Amino acid sequence: MKVTINGKPVEFTQAQSLLSLVESFGAQPPYALAVNGQFIPKSQHASYAVNTGDSIDVLSPVQGG
Amino acid sequence: MDNVNQAISDTWSIYGTELSSRLLIGSALYPSPAIMQESIKQSQAEVVTVSLRRQSPESAGGQAFWQQIQSLGKKILPNTAGCHSIQEAVTLAQMSREIFDTDWIKLELVGDEYNLQPDPIDLVKATEILLNDGFKVLPYCTDDLVICRHLVELGCEVLMPWGAPIGTGKGLLNPYALSAIRHRFPQISLVVDAGIGLPSHAAQALELGYDAVLLNSAIAQAQDPVMMAKAFKSAIDAGRLGYLGGRMPEKDTANPSTPTLGMPFWHQM
Repeated sequence: MKVTINGKPVEFTQAQSLLSLVESFGAQPPYALAVNGQFIPKSQHASYAVNTGDSIDVLSPVQGG
Repeated sequence: MDNVNQAISDTWSIYGTELSSRLLIGSALYPSPAIMQESIKQSQAEVVTVSLRRQSPESAGGQAFWQQIQSLGKKILPNTAGCHSIQEAVTLAQMSREIFDTDWIKLELVGDEYNLQPDPIDLVKATEILLNDGFKVLPYCTDDLVICRHLVELGCEVLMPWGAPIGTGKGLLNPYALSAIRHRFPQISLVVDAGIGLPSHAAQALELGYDAVLLNSAIAQAQDPVMMAKAFKSAIDAGRLGYLGGRMPEKDTANPSTPTLGMPFWHQM
Protein backbone atom coordinates (compact mmCIF):
# COMPACT_ATOMS: atom_id res chain seq x y z
CA MET A 1 0.00 0.00 0.00
CA LYS A 2 1.37 3.40 -0.97
CA VAL A 3 0.58 6.72 0.67
CA THR A 4 2.31 10.06 1.03
CA ILE A 5 3.17 11.62 4.38
CA ASN A 6 3.99 15.30 4.22
CA GLY A 7 4.56 14.88 0.50
CA LYS A 8 6.99 11.97 0.83
CA PRO A 9 6.00 8.58 -0.65
CA VAL A 10 5.71 5.81 1.95
CA GLU A 11 5.05 2.14 1.23
CA PHE A 12 3.90 -0.52 3.69
CA THR A 13 2.62 -4.06 3.45
CA GLN A 14 0.18 -4.53 6.34
CA ALA A 15 -2.94 -2.49 6.89
CA GLN A 16 -2.22 0.14 9.52
CA SER A 17 -4.10 2.69 11.49
CA LEU A 18 -3.37 6.34 10.92
CA LEU A 19 -1.75 6.54 14.36
CA SER A 20 0.69 3.68 13.83
CA LEU A 21 1.58 4.96 10.39
CA VAL A 22 2.50 8.48 11.52
CA GLU A 23 4.35 7.07 14.55
CA SER A 24 6.45 4.89 12.27
CA PHE A 25 7.05 8.01 10.18
CA GLY A 26 8.56 9.56 13.30
CA ALA A 27 5.87 12.10 14.14
CA GLN A 28 6.36 13.67 17.55
CA PRO A 29 3.68 15.46 19.54
CA PRO A 30 2.27 18.00 19.39
CA TYR A 31 0.85 17.36 15.94
CA ALA A 32 -2.48 17.40 14.15
CA LEU A 33 -3.43 15.20 11.20
CA ALA A 34 -5.28 15.60 7.94
CA VAL A 35 -5.95 12.98 5.29
CA ASN A 36 -6.60 14.15 1.75
CA GLY A 37 -7.06 17.67 3.03
CA GLN A 38 -9.65 16.75 5.68
CA PHE A 39 -8.96 17.17 9.39
CA ILE A 40 -8.92 13.90 11.36
CA PRO A 41 -9.49 14.52 15.09
CA LYS A 42 -7.13 12.95 17.60
CA SER A 43 -9.92 10.72 18.90
CA GLN A 44 -9.99 8.95 15.51
CA HIS A 45 -6.24 8.51 14.94
CA ALA A 46 -6.11 4.98 16.33
CA SER A 47 -9.19 3.75 14.50
CA TYR A 48 -8.85 5.54 11.17
CA ALA A 49 -8.04 3.06 8.38
CA VAL A 50 -5.60 4.37 5.83
CA ASN A 51 -6.24 3.62 2.17
CA THR A 52 -3.75 3.33 -0.64
CA GLY A 53 -3.18 6.65 -2.33
CA ASP A 54 -4.04 8.67 0.77
CA SER A 55 -2.19 11.92 1.29
CA ILE A 56 -1.44 12.44 4.98
CA ASP A 57 -0.38 15.73 6.51
CA VAL A 58 1.32 15.87 9.91
CA LEU A 59 1.42 19.48 11.12
CA SER A 60 3.15 21.05 14.12
CA PRO A 61 3.44 24.53 15.62
CA VAL A 62 5.71 27.02 13.87
CA GLN A 63 6.34 30.74 14.03
CA GLY A 64 3.56 32.87 12.58
CA GLY A 65 2.60 36.48 12.06
CA MET B 1 -6.30 57.05 40.22
CA ASP B 2 -5.92 60.00 37.86
CA ASN B 3 -7.43 60.19 34.40
CA VAL B 4 -4.20 59.23 32.65
CA ASN B 5 -3.82 56.03 34.65
CA GLN B 6 -7.48 55.21 34.13
CA ALA B 7 -7.02 55.63 30.39
CA ILE B 8 -3.93 53.44 30.33
CA SER B 9 -5.74 50.68 32.22
CA ASP B 10 -8.78 50.54 29.96
CA THR B 11 -9.46 47.28 28.22
CA TRP B 12 -10.87 45.85 25.01
CA SER B 13 -12.06 42.38 24.18
CA ILE B 14 -11.77 39.48 21.77
CA TYR B 15 -15.14 37.70 21.87
CA GLY B 16 -15.58 38.52 25.54
CA THR B 17 -11.99 37.94 26.66
CA GLU B 18 -10.81 41.19 28.25
CA LEU B 19 -7.34 42.36 27.27
CA SER B 20 -5.23 45.22 28.60
CA SER B 21 -2.53 45.23 25.95
CA ARG B 22 -3.49 46.66 22.61
CA LEU B 23 -0.68 44.92 20.77
CA LEU B 24 -0.95 41.45 19.26
CA ILE B 25 2.49 40.25 18.30
CA GLY B 26 3.79 37.72 15.80
CA SER B 27 6.39 35.08 16.56
CA ALA B 28 8.16 34.90 13.16
CA LEU B 29 11.27 36.39 11.57
CA TYR B 30 13.26 37.20 14.74
CA PRO B 31 17.04 36.88 14.58
CA SER B 32 16.99 34.21 17.31
CA PRO B 33 14.58 32.43 19.67
CA ALA B 34 16.03 34.37 22.61
CA ILE B 35 15.39 37.71 20.90
CA MET B 36 11.88 36.56 20.03
CA GLN B 37 11.14 35.76 23.66
CA GLU B 38 12.60 38.99 25.00
CA SER B 39 10.85 41.10 22.35
CA ILE B 40 7.50 39.55 23.16
CA LYS B 41 8.09 40.16 26.89
CA GLN B 42 9.08 43.79 26.38
CA SER B 43 6.12 44.46 24.09
CA GLN B 44 3.83 43.46 26.98
CA ALA B 45 1.54 41.85 24.41
CA GLU B 46 -0.94 39.35 25.82
CA VAL B 47 -1.62 37.58 22.53
CA VAL B 48 0.96 35.88 20.29
CA THR B 49 0.27 34.61 16.79
CA VAL B 50 1.54 31.22 15.63
CA SER B 51 0.94 28.87 12.71
CA LEU B 52 1.11 25.21 11.65
CA ARG B 53 3.33 23.62 9.04
CA ARG B 54 4.39 20.13 8.02
CA GLN B 55 6.43 18.46 10.71
CA SER B 56 9.98 17.44 10.05
CA PRO B 57 10.83 14.57 12.43
CA GLU B 58 14.53 15.36 11.95
CA SER B 59 14.02 18.71 13.69
CA ALA B 60 12.10 17.20 16.61
CA GLY B 61 8.83 18.39 15.16
CA GLY B 62 9.19 22.02 16.20
CA GLN B 63 8.90 21.13 19.88
CA ALA B 64 11.53 23.67 20.91
CA PHE B 65 9.61 26.56 19.38
CA TRP B 66 6.36 25.49 20.98
CA GLN B 67 8.00 25.17 24.40
CA GLN B 68 9.46 28.67 24.04
CA ILE B 69 6.05 30.11 23.24
CA GLN B 70 4.36 28.19 26.04
CA SER B 71 6.93 29.42 28.56
CA LEU B 72 5.80 33.00 27.88
CA GLY B 73 2.32 32.25 29.21
CA LYS B 74 0.53 34.27 26.52
CA LYS B 75 -2.79 33.69 24.82
CA ILE B 76 -2.33 31.96 21.47
CA LEU B 77 -3.85 33.18 18.22
CA PRO B 78 -3.27 30.64 15.43
CA ASN B 79 -3.39 31.84 11.84
CA THR B 80 -4.23 30.27 8.51
CA ALA B 81 -1.42 32.06 6.68
CA GLY B 82 -0.69 30.82 3.20
CA CYS B 83 -4.09 29.26 2.57
CA HIS B 84 -5.48 29.87 -0.90
CA SER B 85 -8.81 28.06 -0.66
CA ILE B 86 -11.73 27.83 1.71
CA GLN B 87 -11.10 24.12 2.31
CA GLU B 88 -7.43 24.69 3.14
CA ALA B 89 -8.29 27.44 5.60
CA VAL B 90 -11.07 25.44 7.28
CA THR B 91 -8.87 22.34 7.64
CA LEU B 92 -5.97 24.34 9.02
CA ALA B 93 -8.29 26.10 11.47
CA GLN B 94 -9.62 22.76 12.70
CA MET B 95 -6.10 21.38 13.14
CA SER B 96 -5.07 24.55 14.98
CA ARG B 97 -8.00 24.32 17.35
CA GLU B 98 -6.95 20.83 18.37
CA ILE B 99 -3.24 21.55 18.82
CA PHE B 100 -3.48 24.98 20.44
CA ASP B 101 -6.67 24.26 22.38
CA THR B 102 -8.30 27.53 21.36
CA ASP B 103 -11.30 28.43 19.26
CA TRP B 104 -9.71 31.70 18.19
CA ILE B 105 -8.54 31.76 14.58
CA LYS B 106 -6.88 34.55 12.63
CA LEU B 107 -8.45 33.76 9.28
CA GLU B 108 -6.14 34.52 6.37
CA LEU B 109 -7.13 33.57 2.84
CA VAL B 110 -4.76 34.78 0.16
CA GLY B 111 -6.53 36.17 -2.89
CA ASP B 112 -3.49 37.28 -4.87
CA GLU B 113 0.18 36.46 -4.61
CA TYR B 114 1.31 39.91 -5.75
CA ASN B 115 0.27 41.75 -2.61
CA LEU B 116 -1.03 38.84 -0.51
CA GLN B 117 -4.37 40.61 -0.50
CA PRO B 118 -7.14 38.68 1.26
CA ASP B 119 -9.75 37.16 -1.03
CA PRO B 120 -12.82 39.12 0.07
CA ILE B 121 -15.39 36.70 -1.31
CA ASP B 122 -13.92 33.44 -0.06
CA LEU B 123 -13.03 35.11 3.23
CA VAL B 124 -16.71 35.74 3.89
CA LYS B 125 -17.63 32.16 2.91
CA ALA B 126 -14.90 30.64 5.10
CA THR B 127 -15.86 32.90 8.00
CA GLU B 128 -19.43 31.63 7.86
CA ILE B 129 -18.30 27.99 7.87
CA LEU B 130 -15.95 28.52 10.80
CA LEU B 131 -18.42 30.57 12.87
CA ASN B 132 -20.99 27.80 12.37
CA ASP B 133 -18.35 25.31 13.53
CA GLY B 134 -17.94 27.18 16.80
CA PHE B 135 -14.83 29.20 16.01
CA LYS B 136 -14.26 32.75 17.14
CA VAL B 137 -13.07 34.19 13.86
CA LEU B 138 -10.70 37.15 13.58
CA PRO B 139 -10.74 37.78 9.84
CA TYR B 140 -7.78 39.46 8.18
CA CYS B 141 -9.55 41.59 5.59
CA THR B 142 -9.08 44.58 3.34
CA ASP B 143 -10.34 48.01 4.38
CA ASP B 144 -13.55 47.55 2.34
CA LEU B 145 -16.51 48.75 4.38
CA VAL B 146 -19.01 46.44 2.69
CA ILE B 147 -16.89 43.32 3.18
CA CYS B 148 -16.59 44.32 6.83
CA ARG B 149 -20.36 44.70 7.02
CA HIS B 150 -20.88 41.19 5.65
CA LEU B 151 -18.43 39.82 8.24
CA VAL B 152 -20.22 41.66 11.06
CA GLU B 153 -23.60 40.41 9.87
CA LEU B 154 -22.28 36.86 10.01
CA GLY B 155 -21.42 37.37 13.66
CA CYS B 156 -17.80 38.50 13.75
CA GLU B 157 -17.07 40.47 16.90
CA VAL B 158 -13.54 41.34 15.75
CA LEU B 159 -12.36 42.63 12.38
CA MET B 160 -8.76 43.00 11.29
CA PRO B 161 -8.46 45.24 8.22
CA TRP B 162 -5.02 45.74 6.74
CA GLY B 163 -3.05 48.94 7.05
CA ALA B 164 -0.93 47.96 4.05
CA PRO B 165 0.11 44.65 2.45
CA ILE B 166 1.82 42.13 4.73
CA GLY B 167 5.47 42.83 5.41
CA THR B 168 5.63 46.16 3.58
CA GLY B 169 5.90 48.39 6.64
CA LYS B 170 4.22 51.21 4.72
CA GLY B 171 1.85 52.23 7.49
CA LEU B 172 -1.81 53.11 7.08
CA LEU B 173 -2.27 53.59 3.33
CA ASN B 174 -5.94 54.56 3.60
CA PRO B 175 -6.73 56.21 6.94
CA TYR B 176 -10.05 57.44 5.55
CA ALA B 177 -11.27 53.89 4.86
CA LEU B 178 -10.04 52.65 8.24
CA SER B 179 -11.74 55.57 9.97
CA ALA B 180 -15.00 54.90 8.13
CA ILE B 181 -14.96 51.29 9.37
CA ARG B 182 -14.41 52.58 12.93
CA HIS B 183 -17.36 54.97 12.70
CA ARG B 184 -19.62 52.42 11.01
CA PHE B 185 -19.05 49.63 13.56
CA PRO B 186 -18.56 51.24 16.97
CA GLN B 187 -19.47 48.00 18.76
CA ILE B 188 -16.88 45.83 16.98
CA SER B 189 -13.32 45.30 18.19
CA LEU B 190 -11.10 46.60 15.40
CA VAL B 191 -7.46 45.66 14.91
CA VAL B 192 -5.19 47.03 12.21
CA ASP B 193 -3.37 43.95 10.98
CA ALA B 194 -0.40 44.08 8.61
CA GLY B 195 1.54 46.88 7.01
CA ILE B 196 2.70 48.64 10.14
CA GLY B 197 6.38 49.56 10.02
CA LEU B 198 6.89 52.23 12.66
CA PRO B 199 5.61 52.96 16.16
CA SER B 200 4.01 56.13 14.76
CA HIS B 201 1.89 53.97 12.42
CA ALA B 202 0.59 52.05 15.41
CA ALA B 203 -0.08 55.29 17.28
CA GLN B 204 -2.06 56.56 14.29
CA ALA B 205 -4.22 53.43 14.29
CA LEU B 206 -5.00 53.91 17.97
CA GLU B 207 -5.67 57.63 17.41
CA LEU B 208 -8.28 56.63 14.82
CA GLY B 209 -10.05 54.71 17.57
CA TYR B 210 -8.83 51.25 16.66
CA ASP B 211 -8.76 48.91 19.62
CA ALA B 212 -5.41 47.31 18.84
CA VAL B 213 -2.77 46.55 16.24
CA LEU B 214 -1.32 43.21 15.15
CA LEU B 215 2.23 43.25 13.85
CA ASN B 216 5.29 41.09 13.46
CA SER B 217 7.89 42.28 10.95
CA ALA B 218 8.08 45.82 12.35
CA ILE B 219 9.53 44.43 15.57
CA ALA B 220 11.19 41.22 14.39
CA GLN B 221 13.03 42.86 11.52
CA ALA B 222 14.05 46.02 13.34
CA GLN B 223 17.78 46.44 13.90
CA ASP B 224 17.11 46.07 17.63
CA PRO B 225 13.84 44.12 18.01
CA VAL B 226 13.78 44.34 21.82
CA MET B 227 14.11 48.12 21.78
CA MET B 228 11.53 48.37 19.01
CA ALA B 229 9.12 46.26 21.06
CA LYS B 230 9.38 48.82 23.88
CA ALA B 231 8.88 51.62 21.36
CA PHE B 232 5.67 50.05 20.09
CA LYS B 233 4.39 49.63 23.63
CA SER B 234 4.91 53.35 24.29
CA ALA B 235 3.46 54.43 20.95
CA ILE B 236 0.34 52.33 21.42
CA ASP B 237 -0.21 53.80 24.89
CA ALA B 238 0.28 57.29 23.43
CA GLY B 239 -2.10 56.62 20.56
CA ARG B 240 -4.78 55.30 22.88
CA LEU B 241 -4.47 58.32 25.16
CA GLY B 242 -4.54 60.56 22.11
CA TYR B 243 -7.83 58.99 21.04
CA LEU B 244 -9.37 59.23 24.50
CA GLY B 245 -8.10 62.79 24.90
CA GLY B 246 -10.05 63.86 21.83
CA ARG B 247 -8.20 65.70 19.12
CA MET B 248 -8.57 69.43 18.57
CA PRO B 249 -10.76 70.54 15.66
CA GLU B 250 -8.74 70.62 12.44
CA LYS B 251 -8.77 74.02 10.68
CA ASP B 252 -7.78 75.26 7.26
CA THR B 253 -6.51 78.65 8.46
CA ALA B 254 -3.89 79.66 11.01
CA ASN B 255 -4.92 80.70 14.49
CA PRO B 256 -2.32 82.15 16.86
CA SER B 257 -1.96 80.32 20.12
CA THR B 258 -0.20 83.20 21.90
CA PRO B 259 -2.59 85.98 23.01
CA THR B 260 -2.73 88.89 20.58
CA LEU B 261 -4.11 91.27 23.20
CA GLY B 262 -1.30 93.44 24.58
CA MET B 263 1.01 93.10 21.59
CA PRO B 264 3.86 95.64 21.74
CA PHE B 265 2.90 98.72 19.69
CA TRP B 266 5.84 98.50 17.36
CA HIS B 267 4.47 95.28 15.75
CA GLN B 268 1.06 96.76 15.02
CA MET B 269 0.30 97.70 11.41
